[in-house]
Amino acid sequence: MKDISAPILSVRSLYAGYEQENILEDINLEVFDCDFIGLIGPNGGGKSTLLKVILGLLPPQSGQVSILGMDVHQGRRYIGYVPQFVESDRAFPISIWDTVRMGLLSGWRLFSRLSIQESAKIETALDQVGMLNLRQRAMGELSGGQRQRVFIARALVSDPKILLLDEPTASVDPNVTKDIYELLSQLNQKMAVLLISHDMMAISAYTKTIACLNRKLVYHNSKELTREMLDSVYGCPVDLIAHGVPHRVFAVHEEKTHE
Amino acid sequence: MNNFLTALQFDFMRNAIIAGLLVSVAAGIVGVYVVLNRVAILSGGIAHAAYGGVGMAYFFGFDPLLGGMLFSLVAALGMNIVQRKTRQRADTLIAVIWAVGMAIGIIFVDRTPGYKADLMSYLFGSLLAVSPFEIVIIAILDVVVVLTILAIYPELLAISYDETFATVRGIPVNAISLILTALIAFTVVMMMRVVGLILVIALLTLPAAIAGLFARDMRWMMVIAVALGMVFTVSGLWLSYQYNLTSGAAIILIAATTYLLALLLKHKLRWA
Repeated sequence: MKDISAPILSVRSLYAGYEQENILEDINLEVFDCDFIGLIGPNGGGKSTLLKVILGLLPPQSGQVSILGMDVHQGRRYIGYVPQFVESDRAFPISIWDTVRMGLLSGWRLFSRLSIQESAKIETALDQVGMLNLRQRAMGELSGGQRQRVFIARALVSDPKILLLDEPTASVDPNVTKDIYELLSQLNQKMAVLLISHDMMAISAYTKTIACLNRKLVYHNSKELTREMLDSVYGCPVDLIAHGVPHRVFAVHEEKTHE
Repeated sequence: MNNFLTALQFDFMRNAIIAGLLVSVAAGIVGVYVVLNRVAILSGGIAHAAYGGVGMAYFFGFDPLLGGMLFSLVAALGMNIVQRKTRQRADTLIAVIWAVGMAIGIIFVDRTPGYKADLMSYLFGSLLAVSPFEIVIIAILDVVVVLTILAIYPELLAISYDETFATVRGIPVNAISLILTALIAFTVVMMMRVVGLILVIALLTLPAAIAGLFARDMRWMMVIAVALGMVFTVSGLWLSYQYNLTSGAAIILIAATTYLLALLLKHKLRWA
């Protein structure tokens, strides 16, 4: 079932952080074609640091990251990056069309005009996320869910091998969260998806596998959240809530008090 | 009004208007970059550091405009690098360069013998004293700014909206930011003649900020900011001529009043 060929993204014995402080310790992760991994972990656990290293924005202290066998600076153009939305950007004057166009840029292209093929790519990407009819709208007029769709289209337009999403449902309501995860599941048929989220419920309902990050990464290539994972991530027993999806992610556990 | 029209027959008045219109082009476009990328303080630092160059030019006897340009360029690139390397403490370092540039200028002026009343014009502007040579320099600057923006518009838009994404896409973010910072430096020195270095930030940011309230597209924001800058400089010039006021201050007060009215209008539109 799993593609046994080379991984799309491979992280090997990675240590990273700032100045003296190690935030990531001995991270090992391989992402293959058609993987759909949800990465959870506490604030300060290193989720965004790992993201920065994978995107080549923060050099690792040691260890290796490769994308399709290339180093991050070469390989990152195969990543479709969907950042977390920052509320202060709402006032920025930019249309949906121009936002998606950003995904086609790279290097110096002086006095460039949009080619017919590029326009077609933008249209296809917008169509995939169901935003084609709004293409001339200003980004500031969109709802949280619509904005995420545009950011996903911007990532798609460069034909990525892997989608990397940072809290894709942080600013949207539950119905929209469901829509976005369904869209991601659909896209997952053609590419790998790695997403960071606090939303454990949504992650457990839609992703194929779950990884936990708190300095160290616990990833068994499975969907079961083990006690080991939760303890490593939260350091204390967590309230595990069974939710209305057909499968149960968490093993039944005994109640404990802690302070 | 008649007075003002009569005044148009004087060369100095015509030069002032031409310089005001021309400088509005660069100021409007660069101002949009400044507002959207939140580098107003950096621009203020550049403007004040430029005074160091003006002072040195007086002392060594070369053209103050040239001195200002050289000095502000060095200060601008220095501050840009400081801002990129140390995100946290950048404001402190900018404030230091701001003050040190100013201090160097003052010391050099102190050591320059002779009459130096003209130096006040760099602090408060003197549109009426603009020379034809300066008009040519401003026109060249306009051409450079417009060509640069046309050449890298999509990249500039991407960097301004989402720098991280632009970096991941392999856009030369640092190089483009350096180019824009150099343009800020040149624009700011040109604007010194119009409103003076103390008021430069206001004329750089107010037209762009007003345009940003209504524009839904960065292109339009630039066009509107240029047009507003032109209206402000010409009407400010008229006001200053009519009531014998300092032109730079008149221009800024008109711009600031318009900004307030625009804010009110915008909120009224939203709640209506």
